[in-house]
Amino acid sequence: MKSFSLLSRGTGAAFLAPAGLLIGAFVIAPFFWVIFVSFTNRSLLGRTAVDPDFVGLANYFSLFDAATFFTRGEFGSSLILTIQFVLLSAVVGQAALGMLLAWMLRSVPRSLKHLTETVAIGAWILPEVVIAFAWFAFLDYENGTLNMIMEALRFPRGDWLLSFPFWAIVVFNTWRGTAFSMMLFNSAFSSIPPSYFQAADVAGASSWQKFRDIGFPLIRGHVVTDLILITMWSFNVFTPFLLTSGGPSYRTEILPIYTYRIAFRDFDFGKGAAVGVVVMLINLIFALFYLWVMRRRAKGVAA
Amino acid sequence: MASIRFKGITKKFGEFVAVSDLDLEMNDGEFVCLLGPSGCGKTTTLRMIAGLETPTSGQLLIGDRDVTFLHPKDRKISMVFQDYALYPHMNLADNIAYPLKVRGEAEAKRHARAREVADVLKIGHLMERMPSQISGGQQQRTSLARALVYPSEVYLFDEPLSNLDAKLRLEARGFLNHLQRDMGMTAVYVTHDQAEAMALATRVAVMDAGKVVQYAPPMEVYRRPATTFVANFVGSPPMNLLPVEATIADGALQLKADRVSVAPLPVSRSAAAALKNNGKLTLGVRPEHLSIARGGEANTVSGQLFANENMGPEKLVTLERDDAARFTARIFTDDVIALDATVTLGFSSEHIHLFDPAGARLPMDGEPV
Amino acid sequence: MRSYLGLYFTRIGFSVATALIGVFFALPLVWFIFAPFNPRAELGLSIPEPFSLANFEAVFQNGFAMRGLWNSLVQSVGGVILVGAGATLASYALSRSPIPGKSVITYILLLFSSVVSGSAAMVPIFLIINGIGLIDTQIAVILVFAGGLLPTAMFILRDFIDSIPKSYEESAMVAGASPVQAFFDVALPVIRPGIVVVVVWAFVSIWGSFLIPFILLRSSEKMPASVAIYSFYSEAGTPIVTLLAAYSLLYSLPVVILYLFVSWKFGFRFFGGIKA
Ligand SMILES: Nc1ncnc2c1ncn2[C@@H]1O[C@H](COP(=O)(O)OP(=O)(O)OP(=O)(O)O)[C@@H](O)[C@H]1O
Ligand SMILES: [Mg+2]
Repeated sequence: MKSFSLLSRGTGAAFLAPAGLLIGAFVIAPFFWVIFVSFTNRSLLGRTAVDPDFVGLANYFSLFDAATFFTRGEFGSSLILTIQFVLLSAVVGQAALGMLLAWMLRSVPRSLKHLTETVAIGAWILPEVVIAFAWFAFLDYENGTLNMIMEALRFPRGDWLLSFPFWAIVVFNTWRGTAFSMMLFNSAFSSIPPSYFQAADVAGASSWQKFRDIGFPLIRGHVVTDLILITMWSFNVFTPFLLTSGGPSYRTEILPIYTYRIAFRDFDFGKGAAVGVVVMLINLIFALFYLWVMRRRAKGVAA
Repeated sequence: MASIRFKGITKKFGEFVAVSDLDLEMNDGEFVCLLGPSGCGKTTTLRMIAGLETPTSGQLLIGDRDVTFLHPKDRKISMVFQDYALYPHMNLADNIAYPLKVRGEAEAKRHARAREVADVLKIGHLMERMPSQISGGQQQRTSLARALVYPSEVYLFDEPLSNLDAKLRLEARGFLNHLQRDMGMTAVYVTHDQAEAMALATRVAVMDAGKVVQYAPPMEVYRRPATTFVANFVGSPPMNLLPVEATIADGALQLKADRVSVAPLPVSRSAAAALKNNGKLTLGVRPEHLSIARGGEANTVSGQLFANENMGPEKLVTLERDDAARFTARIFTDDVIALDATVTLGFSSEHIHLFDPAGARLPMDGEPV
Repeated sequence: MRSYLGLYFTRIGFSVATALIGVFFALPLVWFIFAPFNPRAELGLSIPEPFSLANFEAVFQNGFAMRGLWNSLVQSVGGVILVGAGATLASYALSRSPIPGKSVITYILLLFSSVVSGSAAMVPIFLIINGIGLIDTQIAVILVFAGGLLPTAMFILRDFIDSIPKSYEESAMVAGASPVQAFFDVALPVIRPGIVVVVVWAFVSIWGSFLIPFILLRSSEKMPASVAIYSFYSEAGTPIVTLLAAYSLLYSLPVVILYLFVSWKFGFRFFGGIKA
């Protein structure tokens, strides 16, 4: 029996169709396609470009080959590098710095708050190639702003991208992404009724005590959300490529850059796909965890 | 204008029965109020008339058209929503004229008509404003204007006054009453405010848990509530209800309860049928029929003074009995009433309502059933 | 008294620390304020004297550079149209029609879109585009971005539409409007702020992106600005700083303007939730 609704089932399906097609073709199909390709020796050129062979798990064996796993420029070393990169730049860098900023911004003069927010958000919204170039100039050995400051402070100059490439991209990614955590925590803090803090003020609590006893416990759910999101983003970020191209000698070759090199420099699509599958599996774990947290919160369980 | 007929209408949401086997007839030109507590199915009933919900079973007629499955746009109805549903991106003129726009009226013509209606509702000077720029009372009138701007067979109202403050509500209620007298429209009006229903309706349908428990003109509902539920719902404060022991002896009905004295009553046929010889009944007396006993009253009830509220032209005196039941009297006087710790209230026999143990009214002989 | 002083020192300490962090964020960008206006700009920080627009003139005369900006515009606008229209229709259907399993659909799409990132799926995206013969076309970039951004856009918009009372459309229908009329006359205008947000977000995402056009496009006349910018390097791989700086500024301008627009229109915090 037909029953009234604002949009009939048929019209609803028609409304869903365009988006469904696009998502099907460019999100869902790639998901399955990459799994399929990872079992082949597909390449860009040559016979295997048109007629790849099924190679079973060979690509995965070569990724997890114990003999070369930890060799620089191989999958294992890139994976470990990525984990370090994510832990340092996202969890320690972005989240901690964002939290610190969000908390401090609550009690600094308005103009300073606005200025700081503006530059942090600038770092976050400007196009990645522009940011990469700005950092390239910033870190330049001869004339870069950083070395200029080092000199003024009577420290030795550094050729940062050559001597400390990994730390360069860690700091770079922290700088680039902190604004998100800062804004998230900022809005989380301002959703706490001011009277909670005022009551603590009356009781004579210090800023640290207020943070530890009121602010942090009440936004714990947001911290979890933030950590999952920024971890996922940093895990998939390609931007450091624009600063270092993965070098020197693979020392900044995090997984997205490694995938790119295998697939589009070495043209080994099969192996590149296998890396993609591993990355997606790790993404999946984070995404499921995230959805689980969100649903739990939607159901009203205090997160 | 047209009549409305519900024939055995049931509406389920999943397993939950929101409206159950409803048979209801509303005559052409009637103003019917659906009255009942929250969640009893009033809005669902109204939305079925509008076509915004489809009955799970049964048949719905407007005039002699079967509209059970008709799309809302084809039903020739108007509706005022509880949240007004004014379109935030249109000014008042466009809001009010929107129904004419979808009917293909030319812009000049529909704005002229909108202005006409708006003038009647005293919002004609606001036509260029956006809904966010006018007061709650003006928003309410705008939504009313949008419902009145085109001819409809049936007008539907879902608690249209519930978002207004008390004073505006009275004013708007008076206006609606005036409008109904003026237009003689067929209207169905949902409210949980019994005073609103009494003031506006030609007939009130009191609902409880998806069923209509009484469908009668307001004074009938007030004078002869069909059940204790209705008695409790209509009237402010509601009717006082008290369980009593009843016996039929010496051709008279004797009612007994602790610290209550009731003169023997004539045995009505309904009481005789309900009681056989003796049993429990519920005695009901409206607060406005109680007074402070001065001695010599036929019927009295006593207890400890609980509250003595001064409301200006009237006083509410509440006593509490030993079983914690309370009895409230509504006394019309300008004087301050001084009372002892123990209070006795009196009432006359003609104001007694009786209900059987299941809560159904026991009509007096000669009372229309 | 003690706690009052304590509060005072906390404020000073926080201000100093915040200022230092602010400087940390500002420093890499400072160079960028001056270099575009300095016809002798190098990677070092120096105040241009005189301020000049010569660098911009050079960029404007560089057909390839301008073409890059144009291509960025074409790809972003194209993507935005698909994302805006597709997400509006789809999320309206998800919110208002009785399709079974609506929230499951939303969550599964969201799950897919966060798992299938550009870096994880670059191989199959390339192969699929190659397979349907769209490699090295702007439409390929548009389609890939549309598909990738749609789930999040739908999620944001559906939330937004769910929060809009159904009585808007209901009142329109009671007044005589058909479902389609109610959608266009009443629902769409009310949803518009949500669409604006999604559109701005999608535009900024596509405008700034590098990887997808980088792997899908071959010929230089189709490159968006993010890839075209790499033509400002000499044969030896050293950057032509003057042009790069001016071009970067031009290229950043739309993003900054849109950001200002959104924070003016919806308040500052709003942008927070929606850049992925
Ligand atoms: N779409 C729906 N899905 C499930 N249950 C519903 C739906 N609409 C109404 N109900 C349920 O049906 C019952 C009757 O709802 P209805 O809105 O008609 O009540 P009402 O009498 O108008 O109450 P109120 O005075 O609070 O507006 C309620 O218990 C409600 O929870
Ligand atoms: Mg209701």
